[in-house]
Amino acid sequence: MTPQSLMLLCLLAPFVGALACLPFPGRRRWSAAVAMVAMALSLAAAIALVAKTSGGEAFAIHAGGWSAPFGIVLVVDAFASLMLAVCQLVVVASLIFAARTLPSRYTRRHLFPLILLLSFGTSGAFLTGDLFNLYVWFEVLLLSSFALMAILPGQAGRSGTWRYVVINLVSSMLFLAAAGLIYGKTGTLNFADLRLRLLEADSPFLIESSAALLFGAFGIKAALIPLAFWLPSSYPLLPPALSAMFAGLLTKVGLYAFYRVFGMVFASGEGFPHRDLLLGLALVTMIGGVLGAVGQNGMRRILSFHIISQVGYMALALALFTPLALAAGIFYLGHHIIVKANLFLVTGLVETRAGSSDLAKVKGLMRSSPWIAVLFAVPALSLAGLPPLSGFFAKFALLKATLEAGNTFAALAVVGVGLLTIFSMLKIWRAAFWGGDVVATGRPPAKSLMVTSAALALVTIMIGLACGPVFGLAETAAACLLDPTAYHEAVLGTGNPRIPAKP
Amino acid sequence: MELLIALTIGLLIAAGLYRLIGPTRIDMVIGLLLLSQGANLTIFASGGLKHNATALIDGDPSKLAGLTDPLPQALVLTAIVIGFGILAFLLTLILRSSPK
Repeated sequence: MTPQSLMLLCLLAPFVGALACLPFPGRRRWSAAVAMVAMALSLAAAIALVAKTSGGEAFAIHAGGWSAPFGIVLVVDAFASLMLAVCQLVVVASLIFAARTLPSRYTRRHLFPLILLLSFGTSGAFLTGDLFNLYVWFEVLLLSSFALMAILPGQAGRSGTWRYVVINLVSSMLFLAAAGLIYGKTGTLNFADLRLRLLEADSPFLIESSAALLFGAFGIKAALIPLAFWLPSSYPLLPPALSAMFAGLLTKVGLYAFYRVFGMVFASGEGFPHRDLLLGLALVTMIGGVLGAVGQNGMRRILSFHIISQVGYMALALALFTPLALAAGIFYLGHHIIVKANLFLVTGLVETRAGSSDLAKVKGLMRSSPWIAVLFAVPALSLAGLPPLSGFFAKFALLKATLEAGNTFAALAVVGVGLLTIFSMLKIWRAAFWGGDVVATGRPPAKSLMVTSAALALVTIMIGLACGPVFGLAETAAACLLDPTAYHEAVLGTGNPRIPAKP
Repeated sequence: MELLIALTIGLLIAAGLYRLIGPTRIDMVIGLLLLSQGANLTIFASGGLKHNATALIDGDPSKLAGLTDPLPQALVLTAIVIGFGILAFLLTLILRSSPK
């Protein structure tokens, strides 16, 4: 298949699946089966796209035959295809958990179409080639996530949903206003065209104020401290099957937008607007997130604070803005999405087995279900960054980048926050898995769930063992951001005189 | 004209932020609504504000000079529709969570 049809398959399979589920809200099995097939197709297309773009190529679809920058474009390059593949993988795993673990409160209310539409929105956000459509795709994925959140029961669920909805809408408004201002100043919203215009004009006045608005919008979505406090008050309320998907996808879409817009569109030569601010906030986020986790007593809450801390790592990689740092950041994104989703899925296993994931109530799982302990240990050690797992190489590359940039404080933070992460993981391990008296109010989780979680753990181990080729992919993706000549040619046409020649 | 629109945008966003920190959920919904109107007007103004031009022109490109850019108007239409959907969702959320 051509890359263009693969892109359409990847994007549209979840959408068509959602349409096929919607008329039959009562038929759970049908919806689950359709959702699985749609996501599997989308995952396969995404993996094929990774193979097609692994040499640094970029492909574009011009909707309706309108040439850029006038029409709507969908673009895929190495970075976008990598993110697509990882995210679809996580959605497939969460779907299996959602179908097997969620009570009927969730499954009878259009759960599967909503998950599919959430995936549709994230895929669209990765593939879109202009700023306004990025806003539209954000709204698509936000509305599905709002509807998923709104199923949460009880007073706590409602107030968590409300916080999540309002803060995300504020972020959307910032985004919308920024898009309007950028169009007013440059006359274009297409990423490729916008980048060329900014390079031609080379005037900070054009971009800095609007970039500040976008910084706020993406900062809320990516959960950078001080814009992150909505996250620990809403994510822990979600059942693990859903929080795995939220944790894997939503904040990472915000980070992707940071990388794409600040790292590519606004970037010129050696930097981008508000880079020092991003560097500072990244460090605060890393340290603040991990310190926030220390005081928590439930697995869900500890893991939620670790999302924030890890977002700091990936923002730090962007703020350093060297080829090595960007490659490390992209590698980190891919590794982190899988590992974090898997940790939430294992939390789901613990809850099925022990009836709760509150550390005060769970004890001695190591003895009663050693396999769950193994499944927890792999992603937990990977998150903390122990060799030979994927997290080690992500942290190692980032540490090397900080040292090469001569930023000793950042290097110390990378190591120190890693140590504190181990501390948190050990806290879970000591409380839930060790201890003598076995508290088992639940039942052993189904085989299919264990296999799903084991498959994600295996991916983590494989990324660690085959680190060379995977890191090579991340380097290609980083090169696509730093020198998007292929991106420009795909969007604006090969031989367009405005595209600067390669140095 | 520009000054009027700029002041209106500022007023809408200021009022929106003020209502957003209000005590009840309806206050917040109204605040979000005002904010989104402010953002919509920003986009609308980005196409340029001209008046006294004909709405329909024939194929002569030289007559395009006095006209505004139509793209932001298409964008703002999309944004209004999305904002309307979100308003409906927010109101449903409030209705569902209020005691019956």
